[in-house]
Amino acid sequence: MNKTLLILRHEFRHTARRRGFIVMTLIVPLIAVLLIGVSQLVSGIAGPTVGAATIGYVDELGGFQQYTSQGNITLVRFDTSDDATGALIRGDISEYFVIPQDYISTGVINRYTLEKQLEASPAITAAVNNFLLNNLLAGKVPAATITRIEAPLNLVTTRLTETGAVAPEQGGYGNLIIPFVFSILLALSIIFSSTYLLQGLGEEKENRLIEILLSSVSARELLTGKVLGIGAAGLVQVGIWVISAPLLLNLASSSVGGFISTIQLPANFIALAVVYFILGYLLFAVLSAAIGAISSGSREGQQLIGVFTIPLLIPLWFTSLIMFFPDNPAWVFFTIFPLSAPVEVIMRLGVSDIPAWQLVVSLAVLVLSIVGVLLLTTRVFRTYLLMYGKRPGIREVLRSLRSG
Amino acid sequence: MLAVEVNHIAKSFTDKVAVDNLSFSVAQGEMFGLIGPNGAGKTTTIRMMMDILKPDSGEITILGEKLSEATKNKLGYLPEERGLYRKLRVLDSIIYLASLKGVDRRSAEEKADELLKQTGMLPHKEKKIEELSRGMGQIIQFIVSVIHDPELVVLDEPFAGLDPVNTELLKGMLFNLRNQGKALILSTHQMNEIEELCDRILMINHGRSVLYGNLAEIKAKYRSNSVLLEFEGELGEVPGVTEKRTRKGYVELVLDGNTTPQQVLERLVGAGVIVNRFEIATPPLNEIFLKVVGKGHE
Repeated sequence: MNKTLLILRHEFRHTARRRGFIVMTLIVPLIAVLLIGVSQLVSGIAGPTVGAATIGYVDELGGFQQYTSQGNITLVRFDTSDDATGALIRGDISEYFVIPQDYISTGVINRYTLEKQLEASPAITAAVNNFLLNNLLAGKVPAATITRIEAPLNLVTTRLTETGAVAPEQGGYGNLIIPFVFSILLALSIIFSSTYLLQGLGEEKENRLIEILLSSVSARELLTGKVLGIGAAGLVQVGIWVISAPLLLNLASSSVGGFISTIQLPANFIALAVVYFILGYLLFAVLSAAIGAISSGSREGQQLIGVFTIPLLIPLWFTSLIMFFPDNPAWVFFTIFPLSAPVEVIMRLGVSDIPAWQLVVSLAVLVLSIVGVLLLTTRVFRTYLLMYGKRPGIREVLRSLRSG
Repeated sequence: MLAVEVNHIAKSFTDKVAVDNLSFSVAQGEMFGLIGPNGAGKTTTIRMMMDILKPDSGEITILGEKLSEATKNKLGYLPEERGLYRKLRVLDSIIYLASLKGVDRRSAEEKADELLKQTGMLPHKEKKIEELSRGMGQIIQFIVSVIHDPELVVLDEPFAGLDPVNTELLKGMLFNLRNQGKALILSTHQMNEIEELCDRILMINHGRSVLYGNLAEIKAKYRSNSVLLEFEGELGEVPGVTEKRTRKGYVELVLDGNTTPQQVLERLVGAGVIVNRFEIATPPLNEIFLKVVGKGHE
């Protein structure tokens, strides 16, 4: 078998058997299941059920006798405020309100309660609102109109294409959730994969295995085999996440229902996610290889690569800004800048369309950066892999880049 | 055909010349010693022979073939500082590294079993490398360096860290390889090992060859023209001896330029001295090393 393939296979197995890798691969879907479970629980408790309550009212204006049952809330009429206060203190009612004689001109309703609170609960407010509305309009307009006045706006948005047809891809939060979650996973996967590469090189450098390897294969075969082997493992990881996502969504849709059913993947999402994972990983992998060669051990290497992972994570810091101002020109920069492009593009896919030219430029810059860094890496790789103990200064590295 | 031929190789790094116009050759079935002080350029020379580094100029051939990716499978290397994949099992480590030398899995497994048996390591083959002792790890690494039946094996300090039993075991295996016609290059600071194992040596200092050739001839060249004598009776004035140095249990007789040891022995016997030991003094390699390197340092 080709020696590059042998190294690829070895690195793939070595990575796939790492405890950290397995935990990471499984824990992401597990956390998703857990989150769905928790949201089911929470929605079960806080959702549609509002505790039954009895509240009192004093009708000084007159005419408010009907519609005293609003969902779980029952309204009880009292003749005077004193009666109502007595009932409140005895605990027969949780609160009461007074409809004053000048209500029609002022709209003021006086509310009395024993609780210390900022304002009435939304359920109570809605109940009182509907009680007043119904009584005011009763007999004057048809019942169906009253129902409409209670909730006049139920906004349904449909996105059209330029030809006027219904667009296959609709916007909204449902569209946003998967790209956002995925951009985080993508960043993690890229960082973990390149860290594995760095650790592997560091280990081989520390225990001098590198000498045996280089006396068996060429530096290029070693570099290619390592980058592709660990990258393949990372791709399997991303693949498992992608495949498990629809299954998890099905699991969730039975309960969280409404919102989950609006979730859909933006067009080309899977293709772009895979392409950007591969390219993003390759860029960080060749960077890691160069750093692994230059640094004296795996720990120092990880500190150095940290500098390069910051741009990768920057789009995650600006999540909410990207959400609310998706068309800001600043994002164009992060889309094209190769270190931040993978995460930025996936994230932007969720909130808006990315113009084709930006994607083309972004991919082109990414590919060119990979080729550029690879050329530089092969120059320093062999020389510095054999240099132990002492890390070369920046000036020395630059000199060997020129002469190498 | 020569196993290895090194012709005028040179290598410099950014700040210094590591190897400067070095030439030597090693025959098939020869055990060759490579010695020199620290920083003399031994490791760089070895790395160039192992095709880890490319020489700036000059040429290295293995069995007449120029060194390239294709000849790498003919090379075996035991580096000075050692280690293997700590988490990998012994057998898997051997098979993986053998596969990179072009040995298929089945042959590697068979050969590994044979070598593990020979070294008494068979019970450990399923263990992880990190569970082994240092000496055991070194034996495994030696197995890795010879499992692909290389034509040239370079061993850098092969005995460091081994107990006497394993040292003898390793020596036996090295002699076996030599008898199979392999070329072996030993690099070590332990001069007694070189004297015991090698027929020819190369000593380098500052990247250059300072001594090269047959060990016995080199020692003869550095002979101090004296004899070591253990005797009974009275040792009077011996003609041709300019100085008598009394050592513990024997005396060293320094001869003048015109007298041979044979003549001295005749005169001693003639004078009725009972000779228990009569030996032509050759300096140990250690002394030659110090002398040559010391000269270079001046």
